Amino acid sequence: MTQPSFQGTDQYVATEELRSAVNAAMTLSRPLLIKGEPGTGKTLLASEVARSLGMPLFEWHIKSTTKAQQGLYEYDAVSRLRDSQLGDSRVKDIANYILKGKLWEAFECETRPVLLIDEIDKADIEFPNDLLRELDRMDFYVYETRQTVRARHRPLIIITSNNEKELPDAFLRRCFFHYIRFPDEETMRRIVEVHYPKLKQELLREALSTFFKVREVPGLKKKPSTSELLDWIKLLLAEDIPPEALRTDDTHKAIPPLYGALLKNEQDVHLFEQLLFLHRRSAR
Amino acid sequence: MLVKFFFLLRSAGVPVSILEFLTLLEALAAGIAQASPERFYHLARTCLVKDERYYDRFDRAFAMFFKGIEAGFAVLTRDLPADWLTKLAERTLSAEEKARVQALGGWEKLMETLKQRLEEQQGRHQGGSKWIGTAGTSPFGAYGYNPEGVRIGQEGSRNRSAVKIWDRREYANLDDQVELGTRNIKLALRGLRRFARRGAATELDLPDTIDSTARSGGWLDIKMVPERHNAVKVLLLLDVGGSMDDHVRICEELFSAARSEFKHLESFYFHNFIYEKLWRDNRRRHAQFMRTDELLRTYHADYKLILVGDATMSPYEIEQPGGSIEHWNEESGRVWLGRLLHHYRKFAWLNPQPAERWRYTQSIAITRKLVEDRMYPLTLAGLDDAIEALS
Repeated sequence: MTQPSFQGTDQYVATEELRSAVNAAMTLSRPLLIKGEPGTGKTLLASEVARSLGMPLFEWHIKSTTKAQQGLYEYDAVSRLRDSQLGDSRVKDIANYILKGKLWEAFECETRPVLLIDEIDKADIEFPNDLLRELDRMDFYVYETRQTVRARHRPLIIITSNNEKELPDAFLRRCFFHYIRFPDEETMRRIVEVHYPKLKQELLREALSTFFKVREVPGLKKKPSTSELLDWIKLLLAEDIPPEALRTDDTHKAIPPLYGALLKNEQDVHLFEQLLFLHRRSAR
Repeated sequence: MLVKFFFLLRSAGVPVSILEFLTLLEALAAGIAQASPERFYHLARTCLVKDERYYDRFDRAFAMFFKGIEAGFAVLTRDLPADWLTKLAERTLSAEEKARVQALGGWEKLMETLKQRLEEQQGRHQGGSKWIGTAGTSPFGAYGYNPEGVRIGQEGSRNRSAVKIWDRREYANLDDQVELGTRNIKLALRGLRRFARRGAATELDLPDTIDSTARSGGWLDIKMVPERHNAVKVLLLLDVGGSMDDHVRICEELFSAARSEFKHLESFYFHNFIYEKLWRDNRRRHAQFMRTDELLRTYHADYKLILVGDATMSPYEIEQPGGSIEHWNEESGRVWLGRLLHHYRKFAWLNPQPAERWRYTQSIAITRKLVEDRMYPLTLAGLDDAIEALS
């Protein structure tokens, strides 16, 4: 195969499964749908793929009000109306008032681009259905100017979802799917090393073991994720906390320092403190 | 050869379509997974499975296929009760709970334990026509199974005979066929939306703009209006526990679907029938409750009331003061439901029991009469009818 394949980058650790999913999507020009726990690097994937393979990146961030049409183009009737009032000569050509969307921009790109459609589940429930044809055929028709926009190079489309809404079957059938698993300790070690290469081994070991212990606390509303771990380590480094301080054998100091970076929810912090309290009592 | 794999996947309950299968073949033809079983595994999963829920099923099917023990799989699927139980558990147990099941020594051991527990419970509840778990409030504890389901091995000494239980099994399967997933529920619930314009003016009002531009002699006069928002208010009351065990999953789906569809959605739980107390959080039902009369005062009559329950209980629980199986109720359930329905005139009762079985249960007949026949089955068609009754 002459085609370049994605191998992860110096800042992004991609597992074998993820690499194979990305490369399959690239070879067959199918959109790749990425799901996974929050903070496992879903959104980051697109920019890292683009960076490592030297492809231009287009990002389309979806909000609850986003319509599928906005990704193609928008006709700015209001400014045309205003211009006509002022006698602007631009008014004659309707093409002046067609605003290109992200999909159009990606279709027009000179080289093969990466298009990120971020958090597709935020949009209205019909949104994915409205994009079926565009993602399948990679072309669309502009009614105002009667032209068909066709992709020069089928972009590599990466779609992320947080599972807030279920996606329609017809849409899923056209996508490749990959669920980013929460990294195991080995992968996590590699991820941390990529971000903080000079981290003391001892601190890393203690930090990771504390981190996985916190994740195992039953009933947490939001388990700390990879990005939270990275934030926490950054704080630990900034505060220059010695590795010994993380060791949880001493039950009196069992709350990890700077835990605010790991637990983002008041109830979780509360639950955690309660568990510690119980633990201490039983230890006595 | 892969065609067999395809059908094995389908029989294992992974929803694979032909299109996806062809995509996999295309990918293989493109040489993506060259002679490496792991890569083939990743590729196949990427192409064929579109939801992490099915990863586990896929894994098992994959293992079956490549160890060449498809026969074992067939046996597994033919062995109905165990299979049914496993399926049920799969749907309802979290990974953690499954691990606990494993810790107990796997399914066979669990079934043993179940039988023991069952005998114990039968002894304690003899003569009763209902089944209430003694251990806890949640129907899914460590033994996350449906108490009705495990009665398979027993001779029917009570109202619910063995035949009936087999019927129930059929329903469990039916549920898969109807596929009342959250997406379907959401689409049905959209019918309830009633839009109103409120808030900041952010949208161009084209007719008004044209009108006022014409009036001002051709000078553009732009008019804006607030965006339309869904203004429907919904009060959702869900039955939990008791005979609703089978339906809790469906109800939770309905609940999660409803939550994201409406701006004003208040939900409460009740147990079997409406009495003077309702709960906001099922887990803390004894600590935190809302008095029903307070509910009536708090939520204005323009709320639409949706009750979800199977209405399957002893008629005493509806008709008699003190009929509740949990506590002493001063006034009968009939009185309390009457008050609710008097206050909220837009209401519907959704019943997860299949409609054709309604007439066999006396309490359902009574409830239907109480809700003025506005009881609908929890299927897509039923939901549509209910929405119509509500709007």
